[in-house]
Amino acid sequence: MDSLGALPQVLFSGLAAGSVYALIALAMVIIYRTTEVLNFAQGDMAMMTTYVGLAFMVAGGMPFLGAALAALAFAAVLGACAEFMLLRRAKEPSVLGLIIITLGLEMIVFGFASWKWGGEPRDMTIPLAPTDVTVVGGVIMSHLELAAIAVAALVIAALFLFLNRSKAGLAMRATQQNRPVARLMGIRVRRVEMGVWALAAVIGGSAGLLVGPAATVEPYMMWDPMMKGFAAAVLGGMTSLAGAALGGAIIGIVENLFGYYVSTAFKSVVPFAVILLMLAIKPSGLLARHYVKKV
Amino acid sequence: MDMKRSYYEDLRLFSTLPLSLWLAACAIGALAAPFLFGNYLLYVFGYIAINVIVAIGLNILVGFTGQISLGHAGFFAIGAYATVLLANAGLPILLALPAAALIAAAFGFLLGLPALRLEGPYLAVVTLGFGLAVENIFAKAAIFGGATGPAVPAFDVAFFPGFSREQNLYALIVVIAFAALLAVRNLMRTRTGRAFVAIRDSDVAAACAGVDLTWYKTLAFAVSAFFTGIAGGLFAFHLGQVDPTSFNLMLSILFLAMVVIGGVGSILGPVLGAVVISLLNLKLKGLKMADFSEIPLFGPDIAAFLGRYFMETGMANIQFIVYGAILVLIMLFEPLGLYGLWIRAKRYWRTWPL
Repeated sequence: MDSLGALPQVLFSGLAAGSVYALIALAMVIIYRTTEVLNFAQGDMAMMTTYVGLAFMVAGGMPFLGAALAALAFAAVLGACAEFMLLRRAKEPSVLGLIIITLGLEMIVFGFASWKWGGEPRDMTIPLAPTDVTVVGGVIMSHLELAAIAVAALVIAALFLFLNRSKAGLAMRATQQNRPVARLMGIRVRRVEMGVWALAAVIGGSAGLLVGPAATVEPYMMWDPMMKGFAAAVLGGMTSLAGAALGGAIIGIVENLFGYYVSTAFKSVVPFAVILLMLAIKPSGLLARHYVKKV
Repeated sequence: MDMKRSYYEDLRLFSTLPLSLWLAACAIGALAAPFLFGNYLLYVFGYIAINVIVAIGLNILVGFTGQISLGHAGFFAIGAYATVLLANAGLPILLALPAAALIAAAFGFLLGLPALRLEGPYLAVVTLGFGLAVENIFAKAAIFGGATGPAVPAFDVAFFPGFSREQNLYALIVVIAFAALLAVRNLMRTRTGRAFVAIRDSDVAAACAGVDLTWYKTLAFAVSAFFTGIAGGLFAFHLGQVDPTSFNLMLSILFLAMVVIGGVGSILGPVLGAVVISLLNLKLKGLKMADFSEIPLFGPDIAAFLGRYFMETGMANIQFIVYGAILVLIMLFEPLGLYGLWIRAKRYWRTWPL
């Protein structure tokens, strides 16, 4: 195949990879814009969720879908506990302090999962075989990749509906815009923040459950997707949901183009370069209002 | 955090007489160690001293200038690789070390440039990306030795004729550690150091007072990277090999943990933090499941319970749980770290029994 003819294939694979990054980015963005905490534990919470799903499948003998749903329920509890036990307890939190708390949470989760399940990679078998493909116009679409795109699209649509049409979503948006006033209006802002963490853990966990079957389940599995999720979130402007989704797709596609046409070995450098470029040109991100610091 | 009564108190190198005596005792003890202890203890002390250099270097950035870095493992790696490659190219080791540190400082300066426009979370993401990118490049590029890393030359500097190789290396590490400590203490008494602190407290106010933010923020990154780079070079000789995968995100967090546990923004706090984390690191790495049965009272039951639900092969990862828990607890209960505890204890006893 000549290099230009491979372009649709590269774009499609990039979009599939990007949908996972978009999910991670969405999880980070909804936490960041409600509580102004950058959650460095997002990736490893997703890793833990995937392991729990695997445990439901192996030890509990559940089918993949049931185990995934159970694991997402676990993720919600994990996220809510993290907010309730750690973030809420911080006294006069500074930006550095909050970052360090989430880093500490990340280390605890990482250490716990790799102690419990060991470091060796495990396979996660799902009903879709890697050989199941659909060929459309010369582009080979594996069903796993299609599933990743479908899940991402579904989650994004559900999130938009939830935030814009439901009462809980309204409370979340109100808390984000003005916490004291939301509180005066009778919104239990702390409970909303706990809900946001639970929701983010579920969204991030769904990304983990997509990465697990595509590769192997191991303690380091989410470090790379987390970095790219960060890059996607920064690209989209940290506070914009649509921006995070778009950023994820862009990072995935750019990375795959770089991997195909330039070098596979240095693919991981791409998100860093994209962040630097973005911040040099337009620090506020693609789809966010201009970021001005209050003095 | 004691009250300063005159300007001259602020200018003194060491604030109190007991403190200078303690530091002198520590210095004498550290320098006498090669004559007293065997090679393993020298290895441990050397490891601690290398981490002390990193911690006080990182503290310049995090504690004094108020910028976040999650990429210091990257500077550490650059220092290690540059030292080894320069030494392999024929440069004497004593020249390769500062040269490598300058290279790391140059990268610090470059990373500091975007830091001008960024703060808080954005800076954390950029430095995190930097650390991961550096690790990735070193592990994948053939000119850096690939996955096994370059061969480290033998440490051939002989300070004292009677010293073995380990004793010579230890002497160099300790001398550099103390020099770094003095350098940072002095730096914080200068115009530059005060500009750093002014930026930490309020960069807008600092700019209004005439502090050149561009210059001082990038300088803070460069100075911090310089210390970390020199520590990285020493680490390559200390370990005798360079493993690209060891310079990962966890190492960056570990460096940050040293500063945070010791106490951000104090001089001796990070030293204490580096000692604590280094000792914990050495202790926890070799932990076995059977060690739990030595806990008094319920030991065997705990070991049996853990043996049923956890993997023996994953035991080394307990260290991450411990560091994570320490980080979280410090941030929740004593944001100034061990140094804060010390200050509080001192205040309590000063007014005791009131």
